[in-house]
Amino acid sequence: MSNIPEDLHYTKEHEWISGIDDGLTLTVGITAYAAEALGDVVYVQVPEVGSTVAAGDAVGEVESTKSVSDIFAPVSGEIVEVNEAVVDDPSLVNSDSYGDGWLFRVRLEGDPEDLLSPEEYAALTSGES
Amino acid sequence: MSRPTPLRGVHEALGATLTDFAGWLMPLRYGSESAEHNAVRHAAGLFDLSHMGEIFVTGSQAGEALDHALVGYVSALEPGRARYTMIVDSRGGVLDDLIVYRLADEEFMVVANASNYPRVAAELTERAGDFDAVVDDRSERYALVAVQGPRSREILGELTEADLDGLKYYAGLPSTVAGREALVARTGYTGEDGFELFVAAEDAEPLWAALTKAGEPYGLLPAGLSARDTLRLEAGMPLYGNELSSDLTPFDAGLGRVVRFDKPGDFVGRAALEPLKEVPPARRLVGLIATGRRVPRHGYPVVLSEDGSVVGEVTSGAPSQSLGRPIAMAYVDNDLSTGLAVDIRGSREPVEVVELPFYRRKK
Repeated sequence: MSNIPEDLHYTKEHEWISGIDDGLTLTVGITAYAAEALGDVVYVQVPEVGSTVAAGDAVGEVESTKSVSDIFAPVSGEIVEVNEAVVDDPSLVNSDSYGDGWLFRVRLEGDPEDLLSPEEYAALTSGES
Repeated sequence: MSRPTPLRGVHEALGATLTDFAGWLMPLRYGSESAEHNAVRHAAGLFDLSHMGEIFVTGSQAGEALDHALVGYVSALEPGRARYTMIVDSRGGVLDDLIVYRLADEEFMVVANASNYPRVAAELTERAGDFDAVVDDRSERYALVAVQGPRSREILGELTEADLDGLKYYAGLPSTVAGREALVARTGYTGEDGFELFVAAEDAEPLWAALTKAGEPYGLLPAGLSARDTLRLEAGMPLYGNELSSDLTPFDAGLGRVVRFDKPGDFVGRAALEPLKEVPPARRLVGLIATGRRVPRHGYPVVLSEDGSVVGEVTSGAPSQSLGRPIAMAYVDNDLSTGLAVDIRGSREPVEVVELPFYRRKK
């Protein structure tokens, strides 16, 4: 069973989002479950700071030894910060998915939709594993 | 439903990520595939390759039958030696790449790829029909465990009385490993020194356990197919289905040297292959090193940097641990070696063309 922190929200695309309850700027990363499924991450492409994204847009990619996957914007808004450390050292996605492996921060516009609670995400991933 | 190997229980106990490969349930990786790759380069790795096929050909004309059925000069092999060879169709298209071991004067073992061995066994049976030779597919009865890496000689030495120092590269001998009968071969698919151990299916688990224990002080790690693929790619070794297919001849793949026109008698594919000897193919297999960090992968187009016109196709690609950059093999128009890029999901990423292999071990 992968680690699914209680204080985060999730998406069906295996991303996590923090800050929903306490502010307008949200931090986004990929879950430990997804990182484990990908294997060793070797390349991360993050969106550009200042760009405007819509929920569901492909805004970057994460590449492992065996595969490449899109990163989707979980909410609509403006990209206000990206994690340069994870660009330099993509293995942070594997070693600290919910911490130093975060990908970008987005200033929320409108209301987030279709996010999953930790319980719902746990149910999703237990069905897949 | 994928078929498990005799070592499935071991893989599950180790927490391996399992994947379907050619109809078999195989370990993709046990932990970090990069760590497994590096263990093989610097210490040793332990592989389950029981999905490979073992086809025995025996009889007074077994060598002649294989000379006729394959492109290699098999009957010229000394007992105890092995050779990399291929089986082609009448058009010269590669049906599989193989290693043939001569176990005795009248006994050969043909090792074929998982995806191809039922076809190879059927073709061999048909092609051997006019010879005093019996073809017997024993793939179900055998497990194959490989120990690969610079420490593999020492690790295996802990478990066998076999003369490993006398065992040359591409040689094999029947012996005993950890008390079990095994054919010990100095072959592999990683670019390192190493051994492949053919054992009865029921001996696979105790052999794996013994190797794991003996290998521990040497830094041996179990290694999955993901590491196997990046290791063979760095070593410039072709993978059937990627670099080789029935649409390509051995000459197309730059492996014309395995076709032995100097052997006596006719062989399947000779008439089709003979004219190709002197003609350079339109495309050649080259190595590519990406200058950026995105990885060229199987099926991506190779293009001219200038205008994006397609001049080739990537057959295999991966991030390389040894080079620290993404690498790939690709078929590229013969006259081109500069100004190339790979179209990676819509963007032209520059690549440098290099001769294979990417990695060669220090002897």
